[in-house]
Amino acid sequence: MFYRSHVLVEMTSNSLVRGAAQIKERLEREIKRLGLDQEIKVLETGSFGAALPSPFVVVYPDNIIYAPITVSDVKRIVEEHFWKGRPVKDLIFSPPEKGEMGTFLPYFPLSKEKRVVLRNSGQIDPLNIEEYIARDGYLALARVINEMTPDEVIAEVKKSGLLGRGGAGFPTGLKWELTRKAEGEEKYIVCNADEGEPGTFKDRLILEGDPHSVIEAMAIAGYAVGAQEGYIYIRGEYPQSIGHLKTAINQAREYGLLGKNILGSSFNFEVKIREGAGAYICGEETALLESIEGKRGIPRNKPPYPTQEGLWGKPTVINNVETLANIPPIILKGADWFRSIGIPTCPGTKVFTLTGNVNNWGLIEVPMGITLRELVFEVGGGIRGGHNLKLVQTGGPSGGTMTPDLLDVPMAFDTLSRYNSALGSGALTVIDDTHCIVDVVKNFMEFFLHESCGKCTPCRIGTKRIVETLDRISEGRGKPSDLEYLRYMGEHIKNTSFCGLGQAAPNPLLRCLDFFEEEFRAHLEEGKCPVNTCSMKAKTKILI
Amino acid sequence: MIELAVYKEIDEIMEKYREEKTPLLSILQEIQEKWRYLPGDVLGYVSQKLDIPSSVVWGVATFYSFLETEPVGEYVVRVCRSAPCHVNGSLDVLKTLQKELGIKEGETSRDGRFTLETTSCLGVCGVAPAMMINDVTYGNLSEDRIREILALYR
Repeated sequence: MFYRSHVLVEMTSNSLVRGAAQIKERLEREIKRLGLDQEIKVLETGSFGAALPSPFVVVYPDNIIYAPITVSDVKRIVEEHFWKGRPVKDLIFSPPEKGEMGTFLPYFPLSKEKRVVLRNSGQIDPLNIEEYIARDGYLALARVINEMTPDEVIAEVKKSGLLGRGGAGFPTGLKWELTRKAEGEEKYIVCNADEGEPGTFKDRLILEGDPHSVIEAMAIAGYAVGAQEGYIYIRGEYPQSIGHLKTAINQAREYGLLGKNILGSSFNFEVKIREGAGAYICGEETALLESIEGKRGIPRNKPPYPTQEGLWGKPTVINNVETLANIPPIILKGADWFRSIGIPTCPGTKVFTLTGNVNNWGLIEVPMGITLRELVFEVGGGIRGGHNLKLVQTGGPSGGTMTPDLLDVPMAFDTLSRYNSALGSGALTVIDDTHCIVDVVKNFMEFFLHESCGKCTPCRIGTKRIVETLDRISEGRGKPSDLEYLRYMGEHIKNTSFCGLGQAAPNPLLRCLDFFEEEFRAHLEEGKCPVNTCSMKAKTKILI
Repeated sequence: MIELAVYKEIDEIMEKYREEKTPLLSILQEIQEKWRYLPGDVLGYVSQKLDIPSSVVWGVATFYSFLETEPVGEYVVRVCRSAPCHVNGSLDVLKTLQKELGIKEGETSRDGRFTLETTSCLGVCGVAPAMMINDVTYGNLSEDRIREILALYR
């Protein structure tokens, strides 16, 4: 069937809560009503990044974007644009920067954007494998199987300098190499899609917008290290992503891109999905393995590392969703191309999720090395409501805290750790100066208290003591010794906890104690909240 | 007590995972999907069938926040308490829900319709503040919008 026009509707978690399903249904109904259903095809697509308001509709080949729209706009679009051929000007998306209004290609919504991971998101129907294949999908897998030895694949990934995008920034090629060299016939590839870090939703949108890119990368990793089975561990909070993945895996199987003798070779590879059940700790790689093994998600001792003894005691590669999505382009375009993006110590792009008190929310893929200032004030459009920036929490609660004087530090794994901060998962939670620091830190610490798995004492009891102390301070019952106590407890948890969760838990507390000590002191010594937003305010009101 | 027919259904679920190496969590998830919680008798039965100590099965059932060992309401409302939602008013969302449903966090309404819980992050920070009712996520919550949404479930 040949269609004169394709209409893509954004179907992501973000757009669904704003009525995308109803918009699609209405589009189809209106198109049918006017008898255009043999000419115009409605498809679903993934997210298009930060600058496009949700939900959006893209019309090809006209390259026109309507965003954001509601169900009540649909009738007009269909009648005016599709039937009479007159685009509805007032609904066309106006980009924030210069450029032809609403034109789609080659224009990108943001000049700073560079799409590697999100190359297909928003441009293909993620539930149709042929659209992925049409954009060179599975070509990297074919090239690897037909033209490269496993060692050559690993060498290329190593040369690219790709660092794990889950937060720790471990070199991916090295991880693969260690697993390949580990003894044993049985090996596994695990995709960590247990994206639990508050403020992070990049993996969700990658999986919803382009699930095949992750499946293809897992098969490439399997070929490189000698594994025949892969598991995607995905959080239970993401029913939409789970659905897309299941469909994609089945399609790949039908096309012979998963299963036995892939593309006529002797290489076999299967991918299975395991759903998480609401435990943040399972994003820690060894806790994740425990969970796949059907146990409580409690971290293991390291060493041995998963590359030696991982899933069911066998050598295992565990890669984040975003890391994997980088693999097919690296194979197709080469390590040198990848190295030309970003900065030498940290090549490639990073997908950031911008949230909190900024004007534009969403995800954006940019080269590594961009500054926080560019992200918050150019991409994010500045602070909401004309307030001032107080802090940006990078990489979620377990990441780092950046104050306005650090806005010009380039964003990469190594540069941020120099400032005692962390890139982490790429979450950027922007907090303005109307928020009380005690209240914000309490929120972070309550998170760790809730998500501590209970295995080791410093994390289990220490986070509880910190939250109790912060509670007291915010209720005006703080003691002069509290600040010293918080520092002491924070350092202890950091130095003596068993796993990364516990070791990172006091980070936001300790950093904010350094940056905002005066504000803490005002609560303790003057009995008031300078910002007037924490529970102390409620108390003062009652007293008056 | 659980009826015989239920055991048969549990057998069917477990049969599906016969080929899997360590299916305990997946089995518990599927049982819960069907009956909304995991009664003690069911956990005992799963433990026997899989030959896994009952303590281990209970350990798993109580570890994960999505698994329930007590009956929950027909609709489980989970309010996102992540920092992006927090700085956009998730405490007000929680308060509104407590008022509208007449229950506190962790409680189930008397008619057995609603259970109110909080969760660490739903991963929809782009529409903060957010909540999830069973499998459906709702964002951009305000007092009015919460009332509109709840009306759909009442």
